[in-house]
Amino acid sequence: MEERPGDDRPQLPSPSIWPVGFAIGVVCLLVGLVVSWWVAAAGAVLALIFAFLWVRDVTSGRDQAPAASADEATGDGAPPEQGERFPRSKFLEAATLGLGALIGAIVTLPALAAALVPGFRKQQAHKVDLGPLSDFPEGEWRIATFIRDPAQGEISRRTAFIRNNGPLNGVPDVTVISNRCAHVGCPVQPGGPVFEKEEKTIKTANGPVMLTPVLPAAGFICPCHGGSYDQEGNRIAGPPVRGLDRYEFAVVNGRLVLGNLYSVTKVDGAGKTAEIHKVELHGPGQHADGVESWLYPVQPPH
Amino acid sequence: MATTTKPTRGKSLAKTATYPIDWLEERSGLVGGIKYFLFRKVPGDTSWWHTLGSATLTAFLVQLVTGVILAMYYKPSPAEAHASVQHITHDVWGGWLVRGMHRWGASVFIILMFMHMGRVFLFGAYKYPRELNWIIGVLILATGLFEGLTGYLLPFDQTAYWATVVAININGTAPFVGPYLASVLRGGAEIGPDTLARFYSIHMLLVPGALIGLIGLHLYLIVRLGVTSPPWSKEAADRPADPEPTPPRSGLVQPAPRAAGVRRRPSE
Repeated sequence: MEERPGDDRPQLPSPSIWPVGFAIGVVCLLVGLVVSWWVAAAGAVLALIFAFLWVRDVTSGRDQAPAASADEATGDGAPPEQGERFPRSKFLEAATLGLGALIGAIVTLPALAAALVPGFRKQQAHKVDLGPLSDFPEGEWRIATFIRDPAQGEISRRTAFIRNNGPLNGVPDVTVISNRCAHVGCPVQPGGPVFEKEEKTIKTANGPVMLTPVLPAAGFICPCHGGSYDQEGNRIAGPPVRGLDRYEFAVVNGRLVLGNLYSVTKVDGAGKTAEIHKVELHGPGQHADGVESWLYPVQPPH
Repeated sequence: MATTTKPTRGKSLAKTATYPIDWLEERSGLVGGIKYFLFRKVPGDTSWWHTLGSATLTAFLVQLVTGVILAMYYKPSPAEAHASVQHITHDVWGGWLVRGMHRWGASVFIILMFMHMGRVFLFGAYKYPRELNWIIGVLILATGLFEGLTGYLLPFDQTAYWATVVAININGTAPFVGPYLASVLRGGAEIGPDTLARFYSIHMLLVPGALIGLIGLHLYLIVRLGVTSPPWSKEAADRPADPEPTPPRSGLVQPAPRAAGVRRRPSE
């Protein structure tokens, strides 16, 4: 490299031990995520230190090479020409590029927005009428499948597990658990017999609602990756990061009406006296409590 | 320059036959360009391993052609999608074949990309000055995998639907941007009627366009930088080639002509 400057040989950095330390730091960090936070923190610090040393090593070597060639270039290069400080041709160049970019932005940005904005708009609140509360006998479970948004049709069909807990202080209380697994969103199944022959179809304004009696003695189990939940939707085993989501509900003129979904970190107790730790609706797999929830600080509107 | 001898019948026939090509060449230089691309010099010791890239390109072209044909019959709406795929498979003449080529060709494309990548890695062909082409190749791999992901939803059966639910939700667990990423992919807070058409558009317009652009860049850099010799190349290492080249194998059983008692290893 020295005898033939400026040839097309690679400008490789000198050998360095820092990448090894960096790699060890990253390994500590990843192992620590599983084992203990202290190991992870130590790994992060190690990785940061060695990354800094490595970058310094690489960049200090690079700074010298271009400096030398720059000296050379100014040595035998032509002296800067005397002329207009801002010539006409430069102005036209800049104007062409600038106007082109402006026209491009005017044409492209609205189109791009049309593609992206639907993901960020607030969805209209869905109210789903599930029929008279008398179809939900006290203390029994029903699987309810219903169309959440008649305008969208069959694709908005959702399933909930519903148990009438009986009145609490004179107000009806119902447990409405969504069947969307809190791992990656597969449909959870009841851990117990489903009495399909006793299925009942109820006509509502949103279309037919199917109610099937079920006895989820072992709670709810996800067929995809084995996430298991108890009857209150608390996680008891498997990969889910929190409990099952629930629907808001109201009893209007003796009919059960479901509202929006919300996420649940934990349910203490059971039935009508259960204390539900409510949070904003999170997507499956997103932690809603603990340190990991810091990874999901803002949720898009639901 | 005019010649005194009369051109033979054969020559004038050939001239007439190639006239359109000459016409094109004179006005565009395309023929010379294609000849340059197809018949450019490559190292003498390239092997079958060097054909994996072309094989990947061929698989991609098959996907393009079969995809265009499938798009003539496919209906990207939740109510019709599954039925239209059944229609392609059972009713459209040759539809089963085209759909099968597209469905299995997708896997072939992905597998060939990985094999091509492995060849480039093991041969050290990603090194200076070809690092940028490796980076473009990795982008092609990522884009190709995204093509696979978006295509998986389109048959719209139970497998397709739930696999896509899971895939979108896995994207949703990415730190900070995850929830928004999932919303953008779905085109809303929930999978709705627009999600399928959205995936269809991404699958057949957006991502293939990106892939064609990236493949164009990839090929440009290959032509510009040339094909690498394999790591054992004597040519590339400025060492003399074998004094006596190994005899060509013309049959299954052919004893190599060797002097008695002398065994040479090819690396010597």
